[in-house]
Amino acid sequence: MAATFAETPHIRSKHRQEAVVRVILGLMAFAMVLPLLAIIGYLVVQAWPLLSWDFLTQNPTGGMRKGGVWSALLGTIYLVTTSLVIAAPVGVLAAVYLNEYAKQGWLTRIINLAVVNLAGVPSIVHALFGLGAFVLFAGIGRSILAASLTLAIMTLPVIIASTKEALASVPMSFREACWNVGATRWQTIRGIVLPNSISGILTGVILQVSRTAGETAPIMFTGAVFFKRIEEGNPFAYGLYDQCMALSMHLFTITTQVTDAPKALPYATAVVLLGTVLLVNTVAIALRVKLRARKKW
Amino acid sequence: MGEQAMNLPPARVVGTRPVSASAGSPRGPRRGRFAIAAETALEWVIRLCGISAIVFVFGIFFFVLREGVGFLFGGLNLVQFFFSTEWYPTSVSNVRYGALALIAGTFSVTGLAMLIAVPFGLGAAVFVSEFCNQRVRETLKVVIELLAAIPSVVWGFIGISVLNPLIQEVFHVPVGLNVLNGALLLALMSVPIMVSIGEDALKAVPDSFREASLAMGATRWQTVHRVLLPAAKNGLLAAVLLGVGRAVGETMAVLMATGHAVNIPKSPFDPVRTLTATIAAELGEASVGSPHYQVLFVIGILLFTITFAVNLIADMIVKGTRKR
Repeated sequence: MAATFAETPHIRSKHRQEAVVRVILGLMAFAMVLPLLAIIGYLVVQAWPLLSWDFLTQNPTGGMRKGGVWSALLGTIYLVTTSLVIAAPVGVLAAVYLNEYAKQGWLTRIINLAVVNLAGVPSIVHALFGLGAFVLFAGIGRSILAASLTLAIMTLPVIIASTKEALASVPMSFREACWNVGATRWQTIRGIVLPNSISGILTGVILQVSRTAGETAPIMFTGAVFFKRIEEGNPFAYGLYDQCMALSMHLFTITTQVTDAPKALPYATAVVLLGTVLLVNTVAIALRVKLRARKKW
Repeated sequence: MGEQAMNLPPARVVGTRPVSASAGSPRGPRRGRFAIAAETALEWVIRLCGISAIVFVFGIFFFVLREGVGFLFGGLNLVQFFFSTEWYPTSVSNVRYGALALIAGTFSVTGLAMLIAVPFGLGAAVFVSEFCNQRVRETLKVVIELLAAIPSVVWGFIGISVLNPLIQEVFHVPVGLNVLNGALLLALMSVPIMVSIGEDALKAVPDSFREASLAMGATRWQTVHRVLLPAAKNGLLAAVLLGVGRAVGETMAVLMATGHAVNIPKSPFDPVRTLTATIAAELGEASVGSPHYQVLFVIGILLFTITFAVNLIADMIVKGTRKR
């Protein structure tokens, strides 16, 4: 070993510092893994005695102290589907405008700022907006439709952001090749851009579903109710202008309003809600991984 | 090469631009009038969707203002609203709309949450961006994404059922639903956004900066500390601001976990009530159009203004860095 490469005390302390910092930062990062696993594990263990197929398919009974979550689960499915039908086309087309039509300038700057702000507006302010605009001003009344409209506007940024990213990842040369054979802008978008970015767009749509399923504040005053009995096993038990129960709202209710519910009941409800949301997210993540592996350009 | 090109039939140069929807192709069959009209109409629909976000943001501001404006400029004592802690909106004889305690509640919970979340969020962002290999990075990013996906009502439930007894036990306090509980939840909720935005900011620093520093014999940490953090300063600030915006606007978790008492907290173990929680708790019982109902919309305007300002500043900071 040549003497010139011997470690001086200064270098040694530098490396020791480096190792310490690495461990500290690593612990900070893994401090996020722990709560996630702990939360999921604890909730599932506490909820275990109640988790069964019947829990999903039975109405809550006995003042929400017994039974399952059927009416809340179906309500959430209705809210998610309706808001998806509203938000997906508007969000995807908005992203198409931003990425394919608009010139970079003050208008796109303002639109992007509006999207960021729409995502940043507190959920309870969205609830006030939904109440003022859809329930009262438009006269829809408290209903699945009003709640879904509120949710759709709230989750629009999720779809816009991920669709924009998916569209931007299609190489410019693809478009240019299509334009040069005489295609119009829309023909290019429909024939080349959308087919090449469909998985990315789907990921955004799936994330919107997960976000919608978990929201509580925006639906509290626009269409969700504490309790409602519906026919068990009938997937068409709600109408668009009905009020409905929702899983998120149901968890809030049995945690804060029903004091003497059996201990496992709120845990089981939380597990159903969290399980739905995380499952949907996992699908989105898996889709993205698969997409990245398959990408040819 | 040249000769070959000469032998080709003369090509029509189109250039790298799309043909406009209304233009018929100069060669080949003209597009039908219906196809042209349909595409033009579709382009207008796309434009309309494009500006929809602007319309919705204005719509939110307009409709929230519309319900609250009557009381805001006639009846509501703004001095009382901002400087009094007396919040008795349902009192018959002595109605008071002093929101100071609610504002203090929001800022105490948010402030404490940021004290916890900023070091963890930025530390994790640095680790994910600079200190780990590809596989660990991908795993951590999935965890962060799942953590961000947990609904706020589930966080609130965890606050009541897990943190509440835990805080009672550890700190020997009678009630565990307090500022600390809400702040811990908000910290966990806002760390993911800080990590992902912060990582983007660090990634935006050119690799040549890192290479130059490492070539001078600096360790990774020296590189991060002396080169990357100063270079990514604005992006990291924006990440923190977006976390603050998220925390200020959070509703269900703080509604369930902060103890629901209108007072200015003197310690992290005091229960408080935030602006968002007040709207969520009281809107159901306030009759439409009443002063109580309207003052809740005034709080909504205040919240909208705060988060709008925070997002605007964050956006300007990010845009500023990009320009440089």
